Amino acid sequence: MHTKTLAQLAQGLKNKEFSSVELTQHYLDRIEKSDLNAFITVTDELALIQAQAADDKITKGNASVLTGIPYAHKDIFCTQGVKTSAGSKMLDNFISPYDATVSHKLNQADLVMLGKANMDEFAMGSSNENSYFGDVKNPWDKTKIPGGSSGGSAAAVAARLSAFATGTDTGGSIRQPASLCGITGLKPTYGRVSRYGMIAYASSLDQAGPMTQTAEDAALVLNVMAGFDEKDSTSAERDVEDYTASLNDSIKGLTIGLPKEFFSEGLDDEVASQVMAAVKEFEAMGATIKEVSLPNSAYAIPTYYIVAPCECSSNLSRLDGVRYGYRCDDPKDLEDLYLRSRSEGFGEEVKRRIMIGAYALSAGYYDAYYLKAQKTRHLISEDFKKAFKDVDVIMGPVSPTTAFDLGSVKDSVSMYLADIYTLSANLAGLPGMSIPAGFAQNLPVGLQLIGNYWSESKLLNIAHQFQQQTDWHTQIPEEKD
Amino acid sequence: MSLSQEQVSQIAYLARLSLSKSQLESNTKDLNNILNLAEQLAQVNTDNIEPMAHPLHMSQRLREDNVSEKDQSELFQSIAPQTGKDHYLVPTVIE
Repeated sequence: MHTKTLAQLAQGLKNKEFSSVELTQHYLDRIEKSDLNAFITVTDELALIQAQAADDKITKGNASVLTGIPYAHKDIFCTQGVKTSAGSKMLDNFISPYDATVSHKLNQADLVMLGKANMDEFAMGSSNENSYFGDVKNPWDKTKIPGGSSGGSAAAVAARLSAFATGTDTGGSIRQPASLCGITGLKPTYGRVSRYGMIAYASSLDQAGPMTQTAEDAALVLNVMAGFDEKDSTSAERDVEDYTASLNDSIKGLTIGLPKEFFSEGLDDEVASQVMAAVKEFEAMGATIKEVSLPNSAYAIPTYYIVAPCECSSNLSRLDGVRYGYRCDDPKDLEDLYLRSRSEGFGEEVKRRIMIGAYALSAGYYDAYYLKAQKTRHLISEDFKKAFKDVDVIMGPVSPTTAFDLGSVKDSVSMYLADIYTLSANLAGLPGMSIPAGFAQNLPVGLQLIGNYWSESKLLNIAHQFQQQTDWHTQIPEEKD
Repeated sequence: MSLSQEQVSQIAYLARLSLSKSQLESNTKDLNNILNLAEQLAQVNTDNIEPMAHPLHMSQRLREDNVSEKDQSELFQSIAPQTGKDHYLVPTVIE
């Protein structure tokens, strides 16, 4: 059953080829046998209760499109009554008293939560090595990283431990692990999916989206996740389209922009040739290729690594050992309580980003760092505006290399450099995707698609048409017992 | 420009973090590396460029000033490290 796509599973449930309880148990058995560490919490009892309720609805004939489909939920989304850790010791004891809007929507659609997926602590990381709950392994090669921060989500989908997964993307955290694990990942336009109850890292960049086998599956899941939410003050007041409606449209006449800055030094040759082969495939399908320039994209890394830490230092100040989360033993006074709860509760990378943010926002340095970064962010966004006057979609690599060895990147700055191709879309707020586009060094390579604001339907259409012509997305890592 | 260990120690304190001696050493190195990366921004000409705080040009929505949340203090306090008489408890601040 696990080799089927989400769309095929939904059809199978509807046709009563199998029940949601059978499907859920099948995935739970696979999770039990897996050694990828993709999950922080497996909610097996809850999953089987939800599956039974879904089966009842299917029997009674009042099921919706995805009723009974099992999924992995990134542990950054609050789930009422279930531990929501954000990959941190700080929230290891946090049983959320409420549901995130995304969690609520998935429940309303009768989906079955298998568990909470592993992730880099507070979504800060590109390798899933910053989780308090241990590294996640790449299912294609267990000595490699799965990417991050949605590494557990990507590994779960790639290893077929769940029909799909949720992810969040602040600087590439859906697209990069999707690329390195060989699955489809979509980061929607900023504001398309509610951030309510999604533990905040950098609020002006964070956006949730689906991680799936195919573009069609991503469209089905985005239909459930997207929508205006009055509980999120930055939620967009726009109607939700049916993202499956235009999947089959022809892409003849599509103009694809290739930013020359995305193909310069630092990009692995084999990754580059897989990406170019995919672009050629689009050409064969009737698309036109055009070179574009994003001259300020080189500054995406310093811009992001000022803006995001500033927002995180502010967002994470609420974690102080008073109202919820970790509190140190025997605090001798209030200051000791704050200092030790935060120092013992946060991991190293989180502390680094909090300190960078605290410094960049402090009096005397604000103009040189934060304000300067916000201005550069504007220039990065203007580059895209210009490019989209000439092209319908921008394509390029997601990550400069394939998945690297666990433990091999030791310093923060080297890790940050791997985010070069994904950060710009977050800074501008644009939607982006990663779709499987081949293999290099026997590891998956993703093709990145960046679209104009609110062009999720177009991106999904382009990705779906590619997946009608290629079979990279159907490849599954070999299972060795 | 680079940060000294004393400055890093002060920054950590501002963020209510305490660092051991070895952490202070490694963090001073890391923070300086990150700030060196950030120095690249000085090369960008941002004269007359507006700062962009947010990707969407939207204004804050307003609503009527009515009570819209129900009182769930008991539920929310049930996950607190220490509470008493409807309050969150911390070590004594004023004797």
